[in-house]
Amino acid sequence: MRSNLGFFSDEKFRSIFFQTLVVGLFALGLFFVITTTSYNLEKRNIATGWSFLQNPAGFDISFSPFLEFKSTDTHLKVYFVGVLNTLLVSVTGCIAATILGFILGIVRLSSNWLLSRLVYIYVEFSRNVPLLLQIILWYSILIQLPRVKQSLQVLDVFYISNRGLYSPRPIFESGFSYVSIAIVLALISSFLINRWAKKRQDKTGQQFPVFSSSIGLIFIVPLILFFILGSPLSFEHPELKGFNFKGGLVIRPEFIAMFLALSIYTAAFISEIVRAGIMSVSKGQREASAAIGLKQTWIMRLIIIPQALRVIVPPLTSQYLNLTKNSSLGIAVGYADLVHGFGGISLNQTGQAIECMAIVMATYLSISLTISFFMNIYNRSIQFKEK
Amino acid sequence: MNEMNEVRKPPVATTGIIGWLRINLFFNWTNSLITLFVVYCLYQFIPWILDWTIFSADFKYNYLGEQITNQEMCSRNLDPENGGACWAVIYVRFYQFIYGFYPKVEVWRVNLAYVMLAFALLPLLYVKLPYRKYFLYFTYIFPVIAYFLLNGGLGFTEVSTNKWGGLLVTLVLGCTGIALAFPIGIMLALGRRSKLPVISMMCTLFIEFIRGVPLITLLFFGMVMLPLFLPEGIDMDGLVRVLVAVTFFQSAYMAEVIRGGLQAIPPGQYEAAKSLGMSYWRMNLLIILPQAIRISIPPIVNTSIGLFKDTTLVIIVGILDLLGIGRGTLADTNWLGLSYEIYFFVSLVFFIFTFGMSRYSLYLEKKLKTGINMGAD
Repeated sequence: MRSNLGFFSDEKFRSIFFQTLVVGLFALGLFFVITTTSYNLEKRNIATGWSFLQNPAGFDISFSPFLEFKSTDTHLKVYFVGVLNTLLVSVTGCIAATILGFILGIVRLSSNWLLSRLVYIYVEFSRNVPLLLQIILWYSILIQLPRVKQSLQVLDVFYISNRGLYSPRPIFESGFSYVSIAIVLALISSFLINRWAKKRQDKTGQQFPVFSSSIGLIFIVPLILFFILGSPLSFEHPELKGFNFKGGLVIRPEFIAMFLALSIYTAAFISEIVRAGIMSVSKGQREASAAIGLKQTWIMRLIIIPQALRVIVPPLTSQYLNLTKNSSLGIAVGYADLVHGFGGISLNQTGQAIECMAIVMATYLSISLTISFFMNIYNRSIQFKEK
Repeated sequence: MNEMNEVRKPPVATTGIIGWLRINLFFNWTNSLITLFVVYCLYQFIPWILDWTIFSADFKYNYLGEQITNQEMCSRNLDPENGGACWAVIYVRFYQFIYGFYPKVEVWRVNLAYVMLAFALLPLLYVKLPYRKYFLYFTYIFPVIAYFLLNGGLGFTEVSTNKWGGLLVTLVLGCTGIALAFPIGIMLALGRRSKLPVISMMCTLFIEFIRGVPLITLLFFGMVMLPLFLPEGIDMDGLVRVLVAVTFFQSAYMAEVIRGGLQAIPPGQYEAAKSLGMSYWRMNLLIILPQAIRISIPPIVNTSIGLFKDTTLVIIVGILDLLGIGRGTLADTNWLGLSYEIYFFVSLVFFIFTFGMSRYSLYLEKKLKTGINMGAD
């Protein structure tokens, strides 16, 4: 007897049937959500649209190092300040976490038992305690520092108090732009020299003092130019006036707490990645390079690290992504990043929940995708190339 | 007598304690200097921290022998020279840290749930348990029991979730999030590897979207936007809204971990199953998933550790978990300024849970490497 459902056994038919079913259900769900949402919004008198971005914010942001922010500025500007603050803490955090993580990962493999145990304890503690708790803890330590009047003085120019770190602010006078152009040119040319020297060494075996020539180009040339132009740079020192410091550059405790917690927490993970990467390079590689007479530092730099990097970079990328996403925890200590400034205060003031959250999520997605994109390019450049 | 055959003992300096010390601590002079420096730092630090946490600390009574009821009675606030940590705050607020504001008359229900949780986890963590099959039945019905036990109903008085707090909320969020995310994660992972382009695309988009945004934005989404999406009259509980967000978040990460496991299954397994005439679901349920999940258990435990730590984020949307109770205590004028004690205690509780979990995952990894059948199902 033939089944009436014979056509249902056809793979092609089933594939189309199930996919149409899923799309249909999804569309139905979406339709349901959109209608209920628009009904709910209407009932609460919330007008949808993006015009609220042009309205004045009406609140102050205490930490905005790149853009001048006044309370009369628009919500759109709150967004830009938030993005810049998120990027600031993420980029500085990633750099610090990478440096600290590499150092700790290498120290963890040190032959000194005590040192490696110490790093192990640090790693276990900092990655097993929630990051949010660490941020709050750092913040509570920082705001228990002495008041402004009794602030700690370091090197006569830095002042540390419960309102943050005050340091001299550099003031660039006319002519300094030439120095910065010189620095950029020096960076580009030393990069080119590096490539040329590598090519020449591959071809002829001759070495070129890349390191010292780069140092000379990057530091000495701009420095000479700097003095020729009559040192077009001065510093504005912070001065204690009344209850607070006037002038100078201030780094708020919210930023310092975020920076410390993010980099220390992520460094613990990075150090484990680095350790695993170095351990993945087989012992024979080290022995072979020692046998041909390479110095210990060269073995690390020329043999071990390049091979370890292939294992290290993919998980390192996800740590950078995690750090960037974790920077959203700034809301717990009042760091005016994207989530706190735009997704928090602006959202509460305007009531435009859907728009604000959509913008915030889209921004994080694009930051994540950008990081993945560049790290993938870097990853491809260091992977094993078959010649 | 042939002298060549006489066994010579190794030099004293290369064996035993002395040899160990020489190799591991005093290998060369830089190594020795580092060792001495570290020992000096520890010598400065350890007595101080021990003194602060234990020897000079108040546990219940201050140095005058009075029972401490507020921060002014702490030894260190009476006499700065005398006294370290003031653990009395933990002692006084212990109930809140563990149960939140759960009514005292009903607290036996929470205790019972804690004990039952331990029994429910036992067969999952220890596969050689005798009568494991029957324990597993209990594990499957435990969520239902726990729901009625904690929330009320079936003759129990109702305790609304805004009275829950502390460790209770942390555990409820962590356990429910992991338990719900597991099946959803499996479905997402299968969906992402599906041959049907629409399904694979939708699953990929969902996973990558969730993984691309911070958890806090998902929590905001649950708190602020979910009520807008639902028809009138359906009033979702705050804890449930957060749970929805946490589950979405965790299932995306779980899916990627399980996908890793699925990718490690050799194609021969699929082909063999298909050649036996198995359908897609039979093949996955009986052949592929048991193997894939078994190899991905260590990373599953690792993402679970991550989720357990991330549950602290709920304090930002106003739910009082362990850290939330800690912050609430600090805001109380009676216990002002005891932040180090409270954060130390909360960190310690989290550390015990997460460190235990990470040790467990290491143990599993070792077991997997030695190829012992773990019988996970």
